[in-house]
Amino acid sequence: MKLTVNGAVHELDIEPEMPLLWVLRDELNIKGPKFGCGIAMCGACTVHVDGEPVRSCSLAIGDVEGEVTTIDAIASDDTLHAVQEAWIKEQVPQCGYCQSGQIMSAVALLRDVPNPTDEDIDDAMSGNLCRCGTYPRIRAAIKSAAAMKVGA
Amino acid sequence: MSEQKTKPKRSRLRKIARRTFLIGTGAIAGGLAVGYYFYQREHPNPLLADLDDGEVSFNHYVTVAPDNTITIIVPRAEMGQGVSTTLAALVAEELDVGLHAINIEHGPASPAYLNQAMMIESAPFPTFDRSFSAEGMRGVMEVVSKYLALQVTSGSSATIDAFEKMRYAGAATREVLKQAAAEKFGVPQSTLATENATVTDPASGQSATYGELAASAVGKAPPADMELRGRSEWKLLGKAQPRTDIRKKVTGMPIFGVDVDLPEMLYATVKMNPRLGGTVNSIDAAEAEKMKGVVKVVPIESQTGNGFGVIANNSWRAFQAAEAVKADWGSAPYPADTDAITAKLKEALNGGEVSSLREAGDVTTTFADAPSDNLVEAEYQVPYLAHACMEPMNATAWFRDGKLDVWAPNQAPTILQDICASTAGIDGTDVAIHTTFLGGGFGRRGEVDFAIYATKLAMAADGKPIKVTWAREEDTTHDTYRPGAIGRYRAVLDDAGHPKALHATVAAPSIMASVLGRTYPSLPAGGPDKTIIEGAYDQPYEIEHYRIDAAKADLAIPVGFWRSVGNSFNPFMHESFLDEIAAKSGKDPLALRLELAKPWPTATGVLQKVADMAHWGEPIPDGRAQGVAFALSFGTWVAQIVQVKDEDGSIRIEKVWCAADPGEVLDPGIFKAQMMSGIVFGLSSAVGQEITFADGMVEQSNFHDYDAIRMNQCPDIEVEILENAAHMGGAGEPGTPPSIPALANAVFALTANRVRKLPLSNEVDFV
Repeated sequence: MKLTVNGAVHELDIEPEMPLLWVLRDELNIKGPKFGCGIAMCGACTVHVDGEPVRSCSLAIGDVEGEVTTIDAIASDDTLHAVQEAWIKEQVPQCGYCQSGQIMSAVALLRDVPNPTDEDIDDAMSGNLCRCGTYPRIRAAIKSAAAMKVGA
Repeated sequence: MSEQKTKPKRSRLRKIARRTFLIGTGAIAGGLAVGYYFYQREHPNPLLADLDDGEVSFNHYVTVAPDNTITIIVPRAEMGQGVSTTLAALVAEELDVGLHAINIEHGPASPAYLNQAMMIESAPFPTFDRSFSAEGMRGVMEVVSKYLALQVTSGSSATIDAFEKMRYAGAATREVLKQAAAEKFGVPQSTLATENATVTDPASGQSATYGELAASAVGKAPPADMELRGRSEWKLLGKAQPRTDIRKKVTGMPIFGVDVDLPEMLYATVKMNPRLGGTVNSIDAAEAEKMKGVVKVVPIESQTGNGFGVIANNSWRAFQAAEAVKADWGSAPYPADTDAITAKLKEALNGGEVSSLREAGDVTTTFADAPSDNLVEAEYQVPYLAHACMEPMNATAWFRDGKLDVWAPNQAPTILQDICASTAGIDGTDVAIHTTFLGGGFGRRGEVDFAIYATKLAMAADGKPIKVTWAREEDTTHDTYRPGAIGRYRAVLDDAGHPKALHATVAAPSIMASVLGRTYPSLPAGGPDKTIIEGAYDQPYEIEHYRIDAAKADLAIPVGFWRSVGNSFNPFMHESFLDEIAAKSGKDPLALRLELAKPWPTATGVLQKVADMAHWGEPIPDGRAQGVAFALSFGTWVAQIVQVKDEDGSIRIEKVWCAADPGEVLDPGIFKAQMMSGIVFGLSSAVGQEITFADGMVEQSNFHDYDAIRMNQCPDIEVEILENAAHMGGAGEPGTPPSIPALANAVFALTANRVRKLPLSNEVDFV
C-alpha cells in the first residue's frame, strides 16, 4: 500500500482498516495530528486529504485516496503559515492539544472562503472541540488571518 | 501594589503542630517530630545531578551553560494556564534575561519544588478571615507543607507559591554573577549593570556574558539582605507576555504525553472494570492474543482499579485487541444506578450528622420563630461530572536494570514518584518522573492511576519502554468524577424582604477521602471535608443568622478535584438561592448582593464593575435577559453577568461579562485567558454535562454523549481586572464557579423557569 504524506511516499504493509491517524502516529512517527476521541467527534486529529479536512481517526487507511497533509508540513522551512502566524498574534493556544486540528480546519476554511463570516466560522469550526475554551481567540485569529491575506 | 501587601503575615504556631490537624479536610494524625527535621532542612538542588559539561546551577531554578544558554526550571504542570510563561518571568525579571532567549524546562520531580501556597490555602477558613485562629491554622499548614513537600500543580496556587521564591532565585543568581564580574573586571560590584544575560561595567566598558562568568561564580554566596525589585521597576511582570510555548503549539510539536517516542517502544492500552473499584471474576484473552501485533494481555490489580492491559506494537491494535478480550467484571462497591445514588445523597442530607464551617447568630431559633410567609426554601442538585481532558489519560514507562522512568502529563510528580516506586517495589531514588506538557488537566492529572498501570505493564514488557494510551471511552468511564451533590437552602426574610437568616445543608461524598484512599490508602482519611461546602461557607456575605452545614455521603464512586472542586457546585446553589430571595422580596438581584457584601469592598467592587460593564438594569432588546452571580474562590473575587437570548424557543448564551479581583496580577493577558477558559468550562457543565450510572457503570462514553460548548455556542466574553484585594489570588479556577449560577439566573430572568437541577438542558433547550 502506498501513502503520500507531506510530500513523501511511504510503502506500507498494513491492515486496510487501520485508521489513518494511527498509521501517521504509530507507524510513521508523524505526531502533529492528535488522538482525542476516535469517533470523529473532537477534531484533534484533523488532517487534509487532497486539501480537504478529514478526521484521520475515523478514516481507514484503505479508504485514503489522495495526498495527506498534516500540521507538521503547512509551514515552509522557517516561514509559518499565515494561520499559524495569526494564532501567535492572537495568542490562541492554552494547553494546545486541540490546536493542530483547529489550525488544519481553519486553513481549509480560509482557502475556500477568504473572508469568512461568523456563520462560516461556526460551520467550519464547530467540529473541533476545545476544553480550554479558546474559541473567542480562534475566531479572532481566523479573522486576523483573513485580513493578513487580503493585505498581502 | 506593594510587596508588603501580598506577603502573608502568619503567626507561627508551630507548637501546636504535634496535635492532630486537618489537611484541608482529611485528618492526618501524628507526631511531627520528623516533620521538624524536614522543616529545617534545605532540600538539595536536584539539578546538580544532571548538568551538561561546563554547565552550572546556582539554585533549584537556574542553570547557565558556557555558551550563555540559560535554563529556567518551571516545576509546575503546563496545562494551558501559562505557568511556563509567568513563572519563568518571575526569574527572568530579576535575572535580567529575555523571556524568549532562554530555555524553559519542567525539571525533575523533587521535594525541593514543594507547593506551600496550595497547602496554606487549604486551611478551612474564608480568604477574608485573617483572625488569629485562621492565621494560626495557615501557619500550621505551612509547616505541614514542608513536611509533606508535595510538588503539585493544584488549587490555583502556582503563581502565589512562586511569587517570592522564584524572584529570589533570579536575584541570587544575578548577584553571584556580578560578584564574579567584579573580580574579573577589578571594579567594585556597585558599578555593574546587568542586561540580556550580560554583566557590564559602564565606566570601563568591560562586559562578560553570564556563561563566561558562571564557572567562577560557583560557590559564591548571594548577599543576605537581597531586596526584590519593586513593581515600578518591572519590565516583564505586570504586562501581558507572549506565551513561551506558543510556537510549539501552533506547529504540532510532539510535546504531550501521547507523543513520547522511545527506541523499541511498545504500545498498550488498559481496560479496567467499568464498575469502578470492582474486582475481576475472569478474563479470557485467547482471541485477543492471536490478533495481529498483539504481544500479550496482562491482568492488573491495583489500588485504583482492576482489569487488564493489552501490549501490542501499535496503539490501535491494542485498542482492537482490548475489545476482543472477554471479561467478567465483579460488582460495584456503590449503588448500581443514578436513582439509588441520589437516594444515598438524600439519606446523608436527612441524616442529621453535619459539620459546620460557618455559624453566625442563632439559626435554629430564628427559623423556629419565623412566620411561614417569610420563609424561602429550595433544594438544588448537581450531577457527577467527568474532566474530559482533550488528551486522554496516558503514561509511558520503561523498567530496566531495577530502575524506572515514567513520562506522564501529570500534576503531581513527587506523588507519582512515590506511588510508582511502591508499585514497582523499588526505591523512590530509582524512579525518574518526566513531566510532559499536559493536554488539559483540570485536576484529573493529579491522580495516580495512569502511572500505576503504565508501571505494571512496563514490568511485563521485558525491559522495553511502553506507552499506555487510554481510549476515550476508557477515560470517560474511569474518571475520578466531580461528585454529585444535593443542597437544601432556606431563609427567613424580615418584613423589608431582607434575609435575616440563611441555613444550608449540603450533602456530597468526600473528595479528600476518595483521593487519599487511592493515593495513600494507608493514611487515615476521616474527619470533616471542607470541599463539601466550599463556595458556600466562605463567601463575603453578612447575614445575621447564617449557617452552612456539610453532610458527608457514604458513596464509593471515585471522586476527585474537578476545576474549582466544591466551588464548582456550591455557588450554583448559594447564588441561585440569593436570586430566589431577591425574587421573593422584589429586590434587584445585584442590589441584594451589594447589600449583603457591604463589609467587603473587594466584593462590592467587582459587582459594581461587572454591572457597569453589562449596563445592568438598563433596558435591553426584546428576547434577552441577564443573570448575575458572584463567587470568591482560591483567593480571587469574581462577579459575572451572563446575557441569554431567546432564539425560536432555544436559548443562546450571547455574552458574558466578568470582573475579577485577584489582588496583584502578574500577566493580565494570561489572567484574562484563564477567566475566559474557566467560564467556558463552567458553562459547558451547566448547559449539558452529566455523568449517570446504570448497572454500576457510567453510561456516557465519548464526546457524543458528554460534550462541551463548541464554537457555534460560545458567547462573546469580556473580562476586566481589578487589583484591590489584599492578598494574591489564583487564576486557573476562580472563573468557573460564578458562571454556572449566572447562567441559571439568566435563564430564570428570561423564562421565569427556576431550574434547580443541573444540567439545565434537561429542562430548557439551548442552541
